[in-house]
Amino acid sequence: MSERWPELSFEDLIGTTRFDVHERAHITVDDEICADCSTRACIVACPANLFVPTSDGGILFNYEQCFECGTCYLVCNEEGAITWTYPAGGHGVVFKRT
Amino acid sequence: MPDSIPSVDAVVVGAGPAGSAAATVLARQGYSVILLERGAFPGSKNMYGGVVYPRILDQLHPQWWQEAPIQRWITRRSTMVLTDTQALTVDFRSAHWGTPPYNGATAFRPDWDHWLAAKAEAEGVQLVCATTATGLLRDARDRVVGVTTDRPAGDLHAKIVIACDGVNSFLAKEAGLYGEVDAANYTVGVKETIALPKEVIDERFGVRDREGVDIEILGGTSGVNGGGFVYTNLDTLAVGVVLKLPKLGAQQLRPEQIIANLKAHAAIAPLVEGGEIKEYSAHVIPEAGLAMMPKMTGDGMLVAGDAAAMCLAAGIWLEGVNFAMASGMYAGEAAAEALAAGDTSAAGLAGYERRLHDTFVLRDHRKLRRAPALVLSDRVQHLYPHLIANTVERMFRVDNPSPKPGLRRILREERRRAGVRLRDLARDGLDGLRTFG
Repeated sequence: MSERWPELSFEDLIGTTRFDVHERAHITVDDEICADCSTRACIVACPANLFVPTSDGGILFNYEQCFECGTCYLVCNEEGAITWTYPAGGHGVVFKRT
Repeated sequence: MPDSIPSVDAVVVGAGPAGSAAATVLARQGYSVILLERGAFPGSKNMYGGVVYPRILDQLHPQWWQEAPIQRWITRRSTMVLTDTQALTVDFRSAHWGTPPYNGATAFRPDWDHWLAAKAEAEGVQLVCATTATGLLRDARDRVVGVTTDRPAGDLHAKIVIACDGVNSFLAKEAGLYGEVDAANYTVGVKETIALPKEVIDERFGVRDREGVDIEILGGTSGVNGGGFVYTNLDTLAVGVVLKLPKLGAQQLRPEQIIANLKAHAAIAPLVEGGEIKEYSAHVIPEAGLAMMPKMTGDGMLVAGDAAAMCLAAGIWLEGVNFAMASGMYAGEAAAEALAAGDTSAAGLAGYERRLHDTFVLRDHRKLRRAPALVLSDRVQHLYPHLIANTVERMFRVDNPSPKPGLRRILREERRRAGVRLRDLARDGLDGLRTFG
């Protein structure tokens, strides 16, 4: 299959989804564990692209545009590197009604 | 700690299809029910590919089709096998599915779940939105007697907790009902909702009025085990992929790139191009069926829907909302039975699993228990699409002046070319027969 990138930038793509962001982060990541991680499956698998590698070998993450799907903690094979709960009630992703 | 005083008969956590069905059944029998929803409204956290098979609602809401918020009735089902350069489609149409009582329909979950929860409210269920259940309340004998929430002074006491809190079910995990959680049992579904004028969709997909199309795709996922789909809504398309988590995590393409590749395929592009993306969404799917299901019952607690891993991911059958609604109904019935008898222990709630075993919920899962692993296996995913497509291409290719080869010769040669061992093909064929036969 010819490889083509999305016609929209990722920012524009996820910009189509509504999020009511709460000030408390519902994901936390243990940098020390991530620094030793060789797989880093979260970076490629998170559909919201919330995990970004840094030049110094760490992982930057952001919780704000999160689908609350659970992919990150499920693919994370380093025990306890990702702590994941639901955002506060009424916050987070809001899929649209027609 | 004093034994808690129940403030309601039942707390149902999660106003998805399972939760609303459970709450409705209990309220109809006169029990007090609080239905908790962490989203701003029911369905706001929920996403799926897009097709619901509501037959089970004939029991809960007869004539549901007169009011359910559906997009289109599925009257055309296509199963497509893709390689990079080929596509084979088996296409079925039925006029029967476009008239009452219907078969399947596309619907948006925020619409569908909102509607089902409103039906529960109409029966007297107290729906409490924007409230996350944060844990279980237990009494001195370790029985579940309610939930904690993220509201101030938000503990809710109940005789029964029904956990319909979705695929990540922190409540079922906290209750110890799940074994070890293995990423290999999960897929992530990712989709784009793409707007196109209704007339354009009608023309491209060969349908009219409220008729709709369901296309399930094997092989369009850029080498990651999973599947693709295109569904018609009224004036949008749902285009997406379902990807096995460990396989997705072990390669380099991101989910949105895999969707882009699918959309660029020669068999898909003419259907979807030119539209405007209205929403991008994702959700994890419990994919492994019976192999991953938790214990469904604890003292004072039942688990239903995705929280109990009830999605049926069996290749040609991809269902979940119907299993959620049915398991919710049966949980509601069993809870009512237990409340009437004054015994909400696991033994008193045994009617739930009995109902699951006696109905399609676990009968389908038992019958198709081998299907999820077979459908997502490396051979079915990576070798058979080539074998199938190349065989069909050879059958229809005119190689004059060479005479036509027989089908057996084509199959033998293409099997070798695809690198499929006869032994494995025979084993998978037998497995397929035992599963689907």
